[in-house]
Amino acid sequence: MATALETVQDYAAKAYKYGFSTAIESDMAPKGLNEDIVRLISAKKNDPEWLAEWRLEAFRRWLTMEEPTWQKVHYPPIDYQDVHYYAAPKIKERPKSLDEIDPEIRSTYDKLGIPIKEQEILAGVAVDYVWDSVSVATTFRAKLHELGIIFCSISEAVHDHPELVRKYLGSVVPAGDNFFAALNAAVFTDGSFVYVPKGVRCPMELSTYFRINEMNTGQFERTLIIADEGSYVSYLEGCTAPQRDENQLHAAVVELIAHDDAEIKYSTVQNWYPGNAEGKGGIYNFVTKRGACRGKRSKISWTQVETGSAITWKYPSCILQGDDSVGEFYSVAVTNNAQQADTGTKMIHIGKRTRSRIVSKGISAGRADQTYRGLVRMQKGAEGARNHTQCDSMLIGDKCGAHTVPYIEIKNRTAQAEHEATTSKISDDQLFYCRSRGIAEEDAVALIVNGFCREVMNELPMEFAVEARKLLGISLEGSVG
Amino acid sequence: MLKITDLHVAVDGGSKPVLKGLTLEVKPGEVHAIMGPNGSGKSTLSYVLAGRDGYAVTGGSVRFQDADLLELEPEERAAAGIFLAMQYPVEIPGVANNYFLRQSLNALRRARGEPEVSAAEFIKKLKAVAERVGVDPELLKRDVNAGFSGGEKKRNEILQMVMLEPKLCVLDETDSGLDIDALKTVADGVNSLRSPDRGMIVITHYQRLLDYIVPDFVHILADGRIRKTGGKELALALEEQGYEHLLGEAA
Ligand SMILES: Nc1ncnc2c1ncn2[C@@H]1O[C@H](COP(=O)(O)OP(=O)(O)O)[C@@H](O)[C@H]1O
Ligand SMILES: [Mg+2]
Repeated sequence: MATALETVQDYAAKAYKYGFSTAIESDMAPKGLNEDIVRLISAKKNDPEWLAEWRLEAFRRWLTMEEPTWQKVHYPPIDYQDVHYYAAPKIKERPKSLDEIDPEIRSTYDKLGIPIKEQEILAGVAVDYVWDSVSVATTFRAKLHELGIIFCSISEAVHDHPELVRKYLGSVVPAGDNFFAALNAAVFTDGSFVYVPKGVRCPMELSTYFRINEMNTGQFERTLIIADEGSYVSYLEGCTAPQRDENQLHAAVVELIAHDDAEIKYSTVQNWYPGNAEGKGGIYNFVTKRGACRGKRSKISWTQVETGSAITWKYPSCILQGDDSVGEFYSVAVTNNAQQADTGTKMIHIGKRTRSRIVSKGISAGRADQTYRGLVRMQKGAEGARNHTQCDSMLIGDKCGAHTVPYIEIKNRTAQAEHEATTSKISDDQLFYCRSRGIAEEDAVALIVNGFCREVMNELPMEFAVEARKLLGISLEGSVG
Repeated sequence: MLKITDLHVAVDGGSKPVLKGLTLEVKPGEVHAIMGPNGSGKSTLSYVLAGRDGYAVTGGSVRFQDADLLELEPEERAAAGIFLAMQYPVEIPGVANNYFLRQSLNALRRARGEPEVSAAEFIKKLKAVAERVGVDPELLKRDVNAGFSGGEKKRNEILQMVMLEPKLCVLDETDSGLDIDALKTVADGVNSLRSPDRGMIVITHYQRLLDYIVPDFVHILADGRIRKTGGKELALALEEQGYEHLLGEAA
């Protein structure tokens, strides 16, 4: 009988299901990055003047910046000149209706289990499909439009809603925020845009599905979500990539803005190709995600299930400006084989009685290494602010690592932060117990891991919880009781 | 239904022999009690039957129905109808007790080519069984064994056993840690499963349990073998005289 470790190794050795690539003609920029490439992207995207300038500005800032090295991940130096910064399926214009989408692209999304259709399975979800650098489709636009909700690709928003984009773009993550954010600002090609007007509760989940297809391309998408006063929106993000021997760079930026009494729930199931068992290939995922709770009693929740990528560098954060605003971060990160993840969150308490909650579940197996890095800062004015952090790690086998690096800075003496951390293992006792009850070994591991992550999984919208549970290796057929 | 012949088992990477030629046959409908001093290998026997890793069979055979039991994985043994009520049930944080049990039941049913039970059917049956074996409905929603008292854990094992309707029940010291009332409810649960086509092995330290679950045979396990076999009166004799005396006589 195999040990918990062996089971997880078998599990890990299973082929990445989404690793196929699609032969489709692409319009690609030459490799490399310079002002001409940035201008080329601007031209391809038909940028207005201000945006073209903004990109160049960001590019010049980027040139002066250093790639961060403080995170606990190791990778050979990235040659930023060896990457294509623009790749788009060769289509003359964005299809006017969903029926006009290239059949190759359509069948790829079918294979990925997210058909481009306004149909039953995804009836409760509107999807923006981003293929390499561009958005290829967005469903349910008309229905959302009736409520005044704008859900479209950011390229469209730049042209159709310039006042909103100009007002908010870079207002949470400035162009020069960090090395990867600056790179993104210079070369971002697409992403999703959401605006929910005052008092509107978005009746369906909004979702973006990212797919990297071309070789040697970076994906630099930018998402901007604005929830106006008293509104609510739940947004989902999913991603996969073909299996390739080279590493691919993904440097996204996500900005969320919640006004008074607004709530944004942002969920991610990240399943980029993680590389093979020896650590060859896989996505480098360097992402800046930040939400500003600008308004009073506003709320932003980040929920992430991270199972993919060779390297993850990601700290979805909340800036709690409005009094009584709330920030939450629920995370499951699974690293296996040679995967490395340095992930966590930042909760910056500025307003009075702001509250934050952090629940991080890290599962490490194989030779993988994982770090939770979290900052909780209570500014001077954060009267009565509260934070609770819970960081649990599960180790499977003895070659993996888990590290917890909490930074707590409190500048107001009425503010309080609590931090709890645990480390556990899947024991052979637990596995045997499940198996003696008829549950096959692999299902037993999935069951135990899902149990470990339950608090976080419960935060996911139904549409995603299923996929996420499957990702952790379980199919849940309606819970009992 | 179960035929153990000259079984040799070693632990500690095979370096420490525990069972040294154990022979035992259980026929359908029979209840066998196994008693023996601490460390005599009672739990080892139960684990070998259930297929736990780390218990190396160095000789002998175990046949269950028509199969070579030792060839089967633990989940296959469960599907074949073996259930072990463990001496130390394990906690599984974050996994609801009722969810776990339904997963278990459906896994067994799938393995046997039977359809899965619906949520409604399952809940109905679970409620009834929980009441019968004295499991507080609250415990069904809590995480598997997490924070359960010793007695609650044991009762939960019996709940699983009654729900899963195994062919061969192996109970490892299910009575230890139970007060007399709990003992009676547990025994009722076990007795409700007694049937002409089901076999049972009841491992216990105390004669007391056998007042409620009346065995057809009592075996004394010592030095890695069944040293003495008798009817239920053997348990009473053991209680009075102790192992040393009784086994001294047998030797
Ligand atoms: N997994 C194990 N590793 C090492 N030694 C074990 C293991 N399991 C049991 N033993 C040893 O085998 C002997 C029999 O144990 P056990 O079967 O638990 O006895 P009992 O249940 O009769 O009290 C004891 O000496 C015990 O220490
Ligand atoms: Mg024992």
